[in-house]
Amino acid sequence: MHMILLTTAIVTSFTGLLAVLLTLADRTIANYGEKKLVINDDKEYIVKGGSSLLSALIGEKIFIPSACGGKGTCGYCKVKVLEGGGPVLPTELPWLSKEELDGNIRLSCQVKIKEDMKIYIPEELFNVREYEATVEILEDMTPEIKKVRLRLNEGEEINFKPGQYIQLKVPAYEGNDEEVFRAYSIASSPEEKNFIDLYIGYTGGIATTYVHKFLKKGDRVYINGPYGDFYYHDNRDKEMVLVAVGTGIAPILSILRYMADNRIDRKATFYFGAKTPNDLFELELIHSFEESIPGFKFIPTLSRVKEEHNWTGERGRVNVQLEKYIDNGEGKEAYLCGSPAMIDTVVEILKKKGFTDDAIFYDRF
Amino acid sequence: MMDINPTTIFLAAIFTNNMIFSYFLGMCSFISVSNEIPTSLGLGQAVTFVTTATAIINYIIYKYVLLPLHLEYLRFVVFIITIAAFVQLIEMVVERYFPSLYYSLGIFLPLITVNCIVFAVSLFMVIRNYTFLQSVAYAAGSGLGWTLAIVAMAGAKQRIKNNKLPKGLEGPGITLIITGLMALAFVGFSGIVQIQ
Repeated sequence: MHMILLTTAIVTSFTGLLAVLLTLADRTIANYGEKKLVINDDKEYIVKGGSSLLSALIGEKIFIPSACGGKGTCGYCKVKVLEGGGPVLPTELPWLSKEELDGNIRLSCQVKIKEDMKIYIPEELFNVREYEATVEILEDMTPEIKKVRLRLNEGEEINFKPGQYIQLKVPAYEGNDEEVFRAYSIASSPEEKNFIDLYIGYTGGIATTYVHKFLKKGDRVYINGPYGDFYYHDNRDKEMVLVAVGTGIAPILSILRYMADNRIDRKATFYFGAKTPNDLFELELIHSFEESIPGFKFIPTLSRVKEEHNWTGERGRVNVQLEKYIDNGEGKEAYLCGSPAMIDTVVEILKKKGFTDDAIFYDRF
Repeated sequence: MMDINPTTIFLAAIFTNNMIFSYFLGMCSFISVSNEIPTSLGLGQAVTFVTTATAIINYIIYKYVLLPLHLEYLRFVVFIITIAAFVQLIEMVVERYFPSLYYSLGIFLPLITVNCIVFAVSLFMVIRNYTFLQSVAYAAGSGLGWTLAIVAMAGAKQRIKNNKLPKGLEGPGITLIITGLMALAFVGFSGIVQIQ
């Protein structure tokens, strides 16, 4: 008995003593006071010194892309540090190229704020925020694709460009014990600022399993965004070629909705590839654009069509139709969304047809 | 064990009883951080410092707290907690007051908390009943021995960097083979002194 009590007492007092010591050290030695953080020369923040740059930025609601959560293992959270970052640490070196080192690019999760700092980040990241949202619609489009409408809290708005994406936070659930973020393109119109629509195909992955097997109407989820440099460019004199397969339709629909809502009269042809008629969805909506956008034309094409489908439309993959319908790519603009293999094939065809590099925009997933 | 000269223990810890080559302890960072000589040297210095400092602290705690209270069996828990807390504390201090040292060595400190040799030294010194001076010599020697091993490994790795290796042997595979060969070489020292 005496032994048990003594052991407990010693271990408790020993760990307690060390804990007190460490807390004191954290308050005094590791306390760097408040530091000034200047972003892009015009925004000033007062942040707590001693923390990492990444966590300070998140604290100010500025979301830098980061997949590993600040452990220095993904290399995404790069920012340009103009003043006050100290020398580059050995933990950052594996992620930085020579050009990046010369350009003062650092991993924000490794840089600690110990003095006043000046940094530069892309302007659009200021628009990135975290939102809490409610699942309002959860509907099967095809046996493998669900439409998800996420309604933001009353009065909240998300401002995005048509074509951009958000990240959905997938919590731990039965069979998955880690929290992950996955990117999904927004399909709704940018004019609708209080909700977003996503199309999520089932692949058996962590996020798609969550959406298809666990998510219910009324559930609360977290999203952050918008991100991405794939979006509509307002060059009205250029004819548009839109190409999508499967859930790649999402950003294209957002672009078309934007054009319809703003009465943009621009010639546009949308090539939508699928396997069978059962894999085509939102056809009614797409056909409605033929009325709201005067120059709009829709060409669905199926690659695995059979007799019993009674399909009278185009057959083959999207590249077959592109070869068939496009003569000359000069003065045209292309927007592609789909698998890397589809993008590579299509980009090659478009270049052959005379599309220039700066007139082809794509989003691969 | 009271009669061995601390200098002998110091030399033995480096050569005949090298932590890597005769005990295969502290392997994780030895394998993963041994790509460049300067980095290895930095890590080695940090390990030597932490091993020696924690051995001193643990010696005092063991001799003046655990032994009188007959709580020797608590040494595992107590030593580990001491090492973890000490490394945390030293990291904060170095980061704050010695920035240049922090950029060269301090960054390795979190890696060291989990380095087995830090704990092994504290444990061996009490098992072998070393005196205070013997413990310090043993700790410093073990740290230096580890530094010697990792720097030698980094040198060897740099020499074979451009050589073609069988696919399955790249990385840790070849590192372990080289370690084995070096360990064989170190067996050559073993007759010189015996410390246990």
